[in-house]
Amino acid sequence: MRWLQRHWDARAAANFTFGGAGSGLLVCSVLLQEPYAVALGLTLMAAGLGAVWLEIGRKLRAANVFFNPFTSWMSRESLAAVAVFACGLSFLVFREAVLLYGAALAAAAFLWCQARMLHAAKGIPAWRAPQTVPLIVATGLAEGTSLALLFSADTAVLAAFALAVAARFLAWRRYRAAVASEALEAPGKALVWIGTVAALALFLLTPLAGLAALATGWWLKLALVTRASLNQGFSLPHLPVRGAR
Amino acid sequence: MTRWAMIADLRRCVGCQTCTAACRQANATPPGVQWRRVVDLEVGEYPDVKRAFVPVGCMHCEDPPCMHVCPSTATRKRADGIVTIDYDLCIGCAYCAVACPYQARFKVDRQEFAYGGSTEDERENLHPDRIGVATKCTFCVDRIDAGLARGLTPGVDPEATPACVNSCIAKALHFGDAENPASNVSQLLAENQFFRMHEELGTGPGFYYLWDRRP
Repeated sequence: MRWLQRHWDARAAANFTFGGAGSGLLVCSVLLQEPYAVALGLTLMAAGLGAVWLEIGRKLRAANVFFNPFTSWMSRESLAAVAVFACGLSFLVFREAVLLYGAALAAAAFLWCQARMLHAAKGIPAWRAPQTVPLIVATGLAEGTSLALLFSADTAVLAAFALAVAARFLAWRRYRAAVASEALEAPGKALVWIGTVAALALFLLTPLAGLAALATGWWLKLALVTRASLNQGFSLPHLPVRGAR
Repeated sequence: MTRWAMIADLRRCVGCQTCTAACRQANATPPGVQWRRVVDLEVGEYPDVKRAFVPVGCMHCEDPPCMHVCPSTATRKRADGIVTIDYDLCIGCAYCAVACPYQARFKVDRQEFAYGGSTEDERENLHPDRIGVATKCTFCVDRIDAGLARGLTPGVDPEATPACVNSCIAKALHFGDAENPASNVSQLLAENQFFRMHEELGTGPGFYYLWDRRP
């Protein structure tokens, strides 16, 4: 007896799609050293956070999200986001490499927090599986490197893209082996055949390869948050023995 | 130390939903929000199917996942085990709702009434502080605290006991201090076999289900 959770919809999913891709791109910016890539990464993260802000019930109290970094991965994610924007925007102004490294590090922390955030949701079996953490991290990095192809096609970026896409494929296979979800069938197949096989085959047509990897990753995360999110449900380990009392 | 706990005797529950109605009346919850529900479960496969009525709601867990994930510290646990929500701190992110394995949390984004326009009773019992934030069963904490202040015993004296327990027509619901060996709930737990919902998740629910006598 299980139901689909309706609390987190496409707005919340946008934080994982846009935020994941944006933070992944910022991590990859260490290779790019490109201010426009940093600006795009920050814009995507802002879009994701803005979307999730639209979903919360008490928008004017949004700052309370910082109150519990001791145990809440959502608080930690928010603090990481502050660090990303502080370093990233400073880099865009001052162009100091150390600020770029700071932004990349904070973006990696942001992505990690996103992954742990889903894992901590004990009510949703498809999220709380330990395999969710590498899946979310790998999808963020794969999406980030996909976007990086817009800015450069040099060897290091191509290698990072290939590695991230392969890592995402492995993470997906591990997740799939542990979690059965009908809602992830179609996006999972697309991720494997379009986002991995076709993307790596189209390696030299970089924009197309990047688009394939990016779109399939977003689709998978949208489905994971909004359609695979059946809650725990109720079950009885023992049936009542009637007439005994 | 006190640990407030609730017991549902599954052998006695007839699924009448009186507890649900009593909770809604006592707590003035809006349409669609049921802090105390009775789930009608079918167990087994045809033709060997059995039916059980299972009262559910916030389990007031020992290690509540909702409290750990809450980014605003709105969800807390009192020393007596009752898990509370500070409506003035909650941002309504619903992270607690997806973290709860018992589907005990609700969030409504606008004021709604059962029959379109509001009735006099609904106007008198409006809770604007509960709009856009997480809500759930409180174990009728106000009744407990007020009763204790008057020297009453929750679970024994109706004025200090949660509304759902008071209303139960089959005496399936019980409430009391699980840490006190002489309490009603401790005695029921000693005399009967019980389980807690999704024990494997390690949340330590404060809600026990009796299913048979002890051999």
